[in-house]
Amino acid sequence: MSKNHALLEIKDLHTGFDIGGEFHHAVKGVSFDVNPKEVVCVVGESGCGKSVMSLSVMKLLPKHNGKIDKGEILFNGKNLADLSEKEMNRVRGKDISMIFQEPMTALNPVLTIGFQLDEVLLNHSKASKEQVRKKSIQLLKDVGISRSEQVVHEYPHQLSGGMRQRVMIAIAIACEPALLIADEPTTALDVTVQAQILELMKKIQDDKGMAVLMITHDLGVVAEMADKVVVMYAGQVVEQSDVDRIFHDPKHPYTRALLDSIPKMEERVDELNTIKGIVPSLKNMPQQGCRFVDRCPSAMPECKQIDPQLGETNKGHAVRCLLYETSQPGAKTEVRS
Amino acid sequence: MTQKQKSEHLLQIKDLKKYYPVRGGFFRRKIGDVKAVDNISFELKRGETFGLVGESGCGKSTAGRTITRLFKPTSGKIFFEGQDITNIYGSRLRNMRKDIQMVFQDPYASLNPKMMVGSIVSEPIINYRKVSEKAVRDEVMDLLTKVGLPEDAYFKYPHEFSGGQRQRIGIARALALKPKLIVADEPVSALDVSVQSQVLNLLKSLQKEFDLTLLFIAHDLSVVKHMSDRIGVMYLGNLVEVADGEDLYRNPMHPYTKALISAIPMPDPRNKSKRIILKGDVPSPQNPPVGCPFHPRCPEAMPQCSESKPQLKEVNREHRVSCLLYD
Repeated sequence: MSKNHALLEIKDLHTGFDIGGEFHHAVKGVSFDVNPKEVVCVVGESGCGKSVMSLSVMKLLPKHNGKIDKGEILFNGKNLADLSEKEMNRVRGKDISMIFQEPMTALNPVLTIGFQLDEVLLNHSKASKEQVRKKSIQLLKDVGISRSEQVVHEYPHQLSGGMRQRVMIAIAIACEPALLIADEPTTALDVTVQAQILELMKKIQDDKGMAVLMITHDLGVVAEMADKVVVMYAGQVVEQSDVDRIFHDPKHPYTRALLDSIPKMEERVDELNTIKGIVPSLKNMPQQGCRFVDRCPSAMPECKQIDPQLGETNKGHAVRCLLYETSQPGAKTEVRS
Repeated sequence: MTQKQKSEHLLQIKDLKKYYPVRGGFFRRKIGDVKAVDNISFELKRGETFGLVGESGCGKSTAGRTITRLFKPTSGKIFFEGQDITNIYGSRLRNMRKDIQMVFQDPYASLNPKMMVGSIVSEPIINYRKVSEKAVRDEVMDLLTKVGLPEDAYFKYPHEFSGGQRQRIGIARALALKPKLIVADEPVSALDVSVQSQVLNLLKSLQKEFDLTLLFIAHDLSVVKHMSDRIGVMYLGNLVEVADGEDLYRNPMHPYTKALISAIPMPDPRNKSKRIILKGDVPSPQNPPVGCPFHPRCPEAMPQCSESKPQLKEVNREHRVSCLLYD
C-alpha cells in the first residue's frame, strides 16, 4: 500500500464489561496511532484500562462478559474489530503478537519449550517439522539463550523467570510480526534481569524493524524505551506526546503528579508528592466532567460539569484538561449511546 | 521516659545464618541446604532506618523474618537492646515480640478476611495488655486516624479497602503495641506509584512520631534510598556492601552494587548513562559458587575471586564492602 498511514490506528475505542447486568466501560473513547517501527508506551496506574485496551487490539477479551462496544482498530487499514475469530487467528502471532507480564502463566507448563515455539511457526508457515525445529533453535539463540539445543527439550519450570521471558519473546517474534504488544513485560523481573530484557527488546526492535506497543506502569522503563507516550487514566487518554515532552514538559496534572510521586535516586527529599485517593472503580466512575477531578490538585469548579476533550496544545502533544482548553464554555460533551 | 541509658545500637546481628534443609531420597533424608542467609552481620542504630536491598532470592526476607524470630536461626547471634535473643523461647520470646513488629508485603494475604479491622488492630493490645474494652477501642480509633483511615474503618472488613488502605491497616496493627523496631518487608511493592508514595510518607512521619527504628526491606533501590539512612546490599545470602545511603549511591564500591544502580531505569529520556548489563541469572543458593558469590557474573572478576571468599571490611568510614578489589 502506498498510502501513508499508521500501522495501527485505534479510533474512539470503547470496551467494557457486563457486571451484574450493567455494562461498564473500562476503555472509553481511546484513540491513538502506532507508526511502523515506532515504540509507543502506554502508562497509568492499575485499573486505568491499559491492559483492557491491549487485549481489545488482540481481541482476547473474556468472551462471557467483555466486548468492544464501539470504535475501530485499524491494522494496516483493516478493521480488526470486524474480523471473525478464525480470521483473527491468522493475524495473531503472524502480524501482531503479544508478550504477557507473567511468563510462568503464559507458557504451557506441560509442553516443552521447543513444542511451543514450533507450534507458532507451523501454524503460520508451510515449512517441515525439521526446518521449523532448526528455526526454533536459532530463535532461542537470537534472544540470548546459549544452550538452546537443550532448552528446546526442557519445560518452562526448568527455566528462570528471565529465561522464560526470553522464550516468550522468541515465540512472539517467531513470525516477524509488524507489531509487538508487550503488556508489562518486565514487571515480574528483577532490575538486573529487567535491564537484560529491555536491552534485548530494543535490539530486536531495531534489527527487525518492528513497532512495539508497550504497556507499563514504570516510568523509568518508559523513558528508556518509548518514542511516543500515551498516558491513560480511568479508561481515557489524558495526555499523549513524544517521550521527551512527557518527561520535561508534562501538561496534564495527572502526568505531573505521577512523575512527582516516584522517588528519585539523585535527590534527597523528606516527603514525596502524592496523589490523594485512588483510581475510581468501574462502577464508581464519574458520569460527568473530568474523571481525575477528585484527585486533581488544580481542579476548578467547572471540571465537575464539563467533559474535557483531548486537544492538541502543540504539534503532536495532546492533553485532556480544561486548563488547556481554549474554547472552554463551548466545549461539547461526548455523544453517548 | 524512664529508659535506661543503653548502647546506641538497638539491634546487632552477628554472623547470622539461616539454612533451610532440602530433603529427598530414602526416608526424606536431609540431602543439602538452601543457604538463604549465609553469614551476615550488621547493626541498627536507635531511631535510624536501615534498608536491606537485593534481588529476589538474595535472602533479604529470610533475614528480616529470622531477626524477628519468626524463623529459628541456624547459627549466629541476634542482640536486641544488648540482650541475646537468638535462642530465647516461651514468655521471654513473647515479651520480646512487643518490641519488634512486622509489616508484610502483601496486604491482601496478611490480614484475616474474616476479622473486622477493629479486631485486627486491637488483637495485639488485648493479647499483651490488661485494659478495658473501652480503652482498647479508643486506642484503636486513635491508631486508625493516625494511619489516615476513617474511624468507621473499625467496623469494616479488609476486602472493603484498597491495597494502600490495607497496608495502612497492617501498619496500624504493627504500631498497636508501641514497638521499638519495625521490620517492614517490601511494604510498598504491591502498590501503584501514587499510593506507594502515600504509604512511604506515612511510614516516615510515623517513625518520627513514635520514635521508631525501621528495618526496611525492598528490592527497589530508589525506594530504599528514599527511606533509609544506611543501606545494606545483599546478594545470594551475603551482605556485599553496607554504607550510608547517599554515599552508596554516589560512590558504590562493590561491582554488584554498581550494576544494580546502573540497571535502574531512570525516569528521564535524556539520561543516556552507560549501563552495566550483568550476564546470566542469580545462582541457586543451594549450590552457591565457591569463593566470592558474585564472581561468575562479575564484570571485574579476577582469578583469585573463585578461590577465597571475601569478608565484609571497612574500606572508608562507615562504608563496608566485601570484595577482593578492596583488600
